[in-house]
Amino acid sequence: MRLPMTAELPAGAHYGLLAEFDTTKELYHACEKVRDAGYTRWDAHTPFPVHGLDRAMGLKRSPMPFIVLVMALLGGAGGFGLQYWVHSVEYPLTISGKPHFTWPAFVPITFELAVLFGALGAVFGMFALNQLPMHWHPLFFSERFERATNDLFFISIESWDPKFDPVATRRFLEGLGARQVELVQSS
Amino acid sequence: MSHQAPRTLTAESVMLPEGHRLRRLPMLGAAATIVGIGLLTVFGAAHPAKVYAAWLVAFLFFLSLALGALYFVLIHYAVQAGWSVVLRRLGENLASTLPVFALLFVPVLLGMGDLFPWARPEAAGDHLMQWKAPFLNRNFFLLRAAIYLVVWSALALGYARASRAQDATGDVGISKRLRRFAGPAILILAITQTFAAIDWVMSLSPRWYSTVFGVYFFAGCYVSWFALLALLATALRRGPLKDVITVEHLHDVGRLVFAFVCFWAYIAFSQYFLIWYGNLPEETFWYHLRLQGRWQALSAFLAVGHFVIPFFFLMGRTVKRRGPWLTIGAIWVLTVHFLDITWLVLPSIGQGYFSSAILAGAVLAVGGIVTMVFGRRLAGRPLVPIRDPRLAESLALDNA
Repeated sequence: MRLPMTAELPAGAHYGLLAEFDTTKELYHACEKVRDAGYTRWDAHTPFPVHGLDRAMGLKRSPMPFIVLVMALLGGAGGFGLQYWVHSVEYPLTISGKPHFTWPAFVPITFELAVLFGALGAVFGMFALNQLPMHWHPLFFSERFERATNDLFFISIESWDPKFDPVATRRFLEGLGARQVELVQSS
Repeated sequence: MSHQAPRTLTAESVMLPEGHRLRRLPMLGAAATIVGIGLLTVFGAAHPAKVYAAWLVAFLFFLSLALGALYFVLIHYAVQAGWSVVLRRLGENLASTLPVFALLFVPVLLGMGDLFPWARPEAAGDHLMQWKAPFLNRNFFLLRAAIYLVVWSALALGYARASRAQDATGDVGISKRLRRFAGPAILILAITQTFAAIDWVMSLSPRWYSTVFGVYFFAGCYVSWFALLALLATALRRGPLKDVITVEHLHDVGRLVFAFVCFWAYIAFSQYFLIWYGNLPEETFWYHLRLQGRWQALSAFLAVGHFVIPFFFLMGRTVKRRGPWLTIGAIWVLTVHFLDITWLVLPSIGQGYFSSAILAGAVLAVGGIVTMVFGRRLAGRPLVPIRDPRLAESLALDNA
């Protein structure tokens, strides 16, 4: 049985290969080579954001901006709609002699709700796209992998990548200047 | 991420080459000035008041661009910006046209009695005008205008000269000195610009109150300057600065246009909202003027055209990274900014001060003179501060 909030992966004895690099520069160029070699199920792990790594990895553009825009528009429409419904339909009160449908008075809350929903969309959209929260992942079997949060840079290639071969892929990664390549078990 | 050695540039490689389209700016400016003065003479000779009103609109429009450029240069130094080094000389060049505005201000002075109610003889019998007279009187107005124009010119020329001196020496100390002075300079500019907006725009309706007006005018200055910068950057990318100003710089300029479109809308709505909500006659009359007759359509158009349309148009990444699309957005923003200035000035002056031929004449005359000076500066020095210590950082800009 799969535990909740752990990585969802196909079955297999090995998760994949974990290659370790000393510098961002080595990692960056290694990523370009892995991308060009046609691997599809792989990832890079760094202690801090590396500029341009998404390009070196050939990642597609994130759908994040679109999610935020849609959420913000929904929030704005909801905020405006709620005020319209309360003030003009359900419970109309006359305030300082102004009409019940006073759209300028609705703008601040419309704006705030658009910002709020946009921000919530950004946070939870990011969680969803990153499959977070994820409390456990097979890479944690590797002790050296802890240093991905400290001072080392890693590339992991999953064993279910169509191009994966335990021997050839290991040799390929070593050829890219990996300091050490480790086979990580999957469970 | 690149790992090449830091790039450097030579002065020759970043001069505006012979035959480049922007080389024709001084000639175009001269032609526009002649046509503009012709239009003003033919259509305006019998209506001097209309000429003064149109001149004030044109003066404020081009002034706002130059002030926006000066803000840009000062803020660039104050925050030690790296990305914008390759664009800074364009700002220096436009800000350096500020001394010319002293000359361009003369018609406004001549038309004072037609433009400003407090400068008319009737003001003598008006209690409120009398109460405001210690500030709003001809001599003090003239003195303040002189102070603004001298301060702005000094700041603009001081920064431009120092930057030019660095081209020769590469002295990092110049950048440090300019940075240290940039903070106080922004404060001085913000205060003088606020008072100028009060003097030259708000005092057209001397009974009106709005504490946010200086910021409103700033928002227009800054957004229109970045729109113009986008046009200049796109034009120069087709020429000597092909590999110097990159898509990344266009992207960032586009973002700033987008950001200050939002900022303008925020300030414009705040001003409207507070006055609408407070509902005090001495404040609401200003909007009331603009919500009747033909101004009503312009008010509605500004809300949509100065915010909704550019907001959605400039939102996407692709638009900001494609020269032609960004150009369309920039021209649009400059157009609506011009309409915004018109909307601020003309309804306050009164009915019957609008004539499109005279307005076109004033825009061509003022714009022509500014373009001449700007064009000469553009052609006369390297387009990029070639020895700025942060040039390599700017050349390697990557938004990733």
